[in-house]
Amino acid sequence: MADPMKIRAQAADGKTTVRVLMAHEMETGQRKDPAGKIIPAWYIQQVSAQLNGAIVLTAQWGPSISKNPFLQFTVRGGKAGDRVAISWIDNSGERRSDEATVS
Amino acid sequence: MYSRRAALSRSLQLAALMVAAGILPRLARADSGPYDKAAFEAKSIPDLLKALGAAAPVESKDVTLTAPDIAENGAVVPIGAATTLPDVKRMLVLVEKNPAVLSAIFEISEAVEPVVATRVKMGQTSNVFAVAMLADGRMLFAQKEVKVTLGGCGG
Amino acid sequence: MKRQYPDWQGPRNRPLEAVRRHLTRVFARAGVFAAGVGLLAAGMASPCCAQSKSPADSIAEYRKMLADDNPAELFEAKGEELWKKARGPKNISLEACDLGKGPGQVAGAFVSLPRYFADTGRVQDLESRLLTCMQVLQGFDAEQIAATPFGKAEQVSLASLVAWIAAQSRGLHFDVPQGRTEERRMYELGKQIFFYRAGPYDFACATCHGDDGKRIRLQELPRLTANPGDGVGFAAWPAYRLSTGELWGMQRRINDCFRQQRFPYPGFGSEVTIALGVYMGVNARGAESIAPALKR
Repeated sequence: MADPMKIRAQAADGKTTVRVLMAHEMETGQRKDPAGKIIPAWYIQQVSAQLNGAIVLTAQWGPSISKNPFLQFTVRGGKAGDRVAISWIDNSGERRSDEATVS
Repeated sequence: MYSRRAALSRSLQLAALMVAAGILPRLARADSGPYDKAAFEAKSIPDLLKALGAAAPVESKDVTLTAPDIAENGAVVPIGAATTLPDVKRMLVLVEKNPAVLSAIFEISEAVEPVVATRVKMGQTSNVFAVAMLADGRMLFAQKEVKVTLGGCGG
Repeated sequence: MKRQYPDWQGPRNRPLEAVRRHLTRVFARAGVFAAGVGLLAAGMASPCCAQSKSPADSIAEYRKMLADDNPAELFEAKGEELWKKARGPKNISLEACDLGKGPGQVAGAFVSLPRYFADTGRVQDLESRLLTCMQVLQGFDAEQIAATPFGKAEQVSLASLVAWIAAQSRGLHFDVPQGRTEERRMYELGKQIFFYRAGPYDFACATCHGDDGKRIRLQELPRLTANPGDGVGFAAWPAYRLSTGELWGMQRRINDCFRQQRFPYPGFGSEVTIALGVYMGVNARGAESIAPALKR
């Protein structure tokens, strides 16, 4: 089970800025271990962001997104107390979802 | 800088010819759909455009790419992609010299601004592109060269 | 347009008027292009000319862009969980661990380490002290963990714990104690090691960190024989290392310094590494801790 994400969501001036840090290796599949064997590709492929249960943003990622990925986006509207949920699926089928409240 | 833009323009013209000769351009999907494997395996910008079934992008001052001049380490390069244009369906981040040029596709709904940021791995100094795909199929981009250094004792 | 130069007779003989006409034509053509470039540059977020910014400025800008949202926060969250979770053969949490301020007292502990501990009869830094607690309280095999490579198994747990514990002292100022004989002995030992030249390159810590103004490529090297300032040197670790995407504690940092000098690792929690921590920590007295920080 992957470690939790860190989600920050702040409402100001009629917008809500959401910043997320996800815990994931984002292995490209190009690196070799000390023995010379290829380390298998392992990376988040799909990300979904919801505000109060409605999907507002989705993304497809390649392995060139940095390890422990960062994502920032801005929701039109939103207010303190709203619920932000971020979900991801990686190429091995593993999933993770986390929630945070807009401040 | 001028010659680089001219070269890109020529390669994009070639890509447009390839698209016109073969597949009809597909409009961007509103939902995320299945994972676009072919796009994420494209090794060059023309190949990527073909995989996306997209029109040749045009440089635009209405698209903004935020990136550092120099990345102290290529493993983590902060990239911002934004546009002031309306009816944006997707934002793309491309790193020209990476083994696979496409880093990310963001599907933009009306609930969010066409302003996203993430961090990418860069294998070497390269041009980075922020591309906005509009509902009418137009592709507009901004680009910047980001230098990648190897700092300190190299570790 | 027919050029109206006189016959070329070398630069010194070229009439000023002809030169002026030529340059006017060149700039007229360039002007249209330059205006276009100018519009494009104005529309782009980033400045057009790298030459107006020094590499040091550009690097500072890069670091600033990453300063918020430090992936170290992921390790802090994990560390808090590990501190409070019942683990190990004894299935007990670390909440009774004494880091120098009393059992379970975490806030402020980081900036007063390394220090002497009566129960072990020696000076310990944060990581060796955590090993003690993991062994005594939780029943882990401290020797085995010390022998585990950095970035693997329980070493990752240690790094996470270090990140969280350091974060509980963020903004506080270093106050590494020297009240006991043992603490002063370790300071002197650390100083001796700091200046000890050996290895195939005849390096010492002082080779890179003994003077002001030293640099390797674009990396500035702080002088560690005195207080190098808030959040610098000793006060910048533990840190998230962007290059490997891992959280490095001071133990990993010091051991890796030796590797870079082409010395063997002194070993996790060894007297040499703790002594160096005392030397640098005491020298940094008063510096503000920003740990866990962000590093290349």
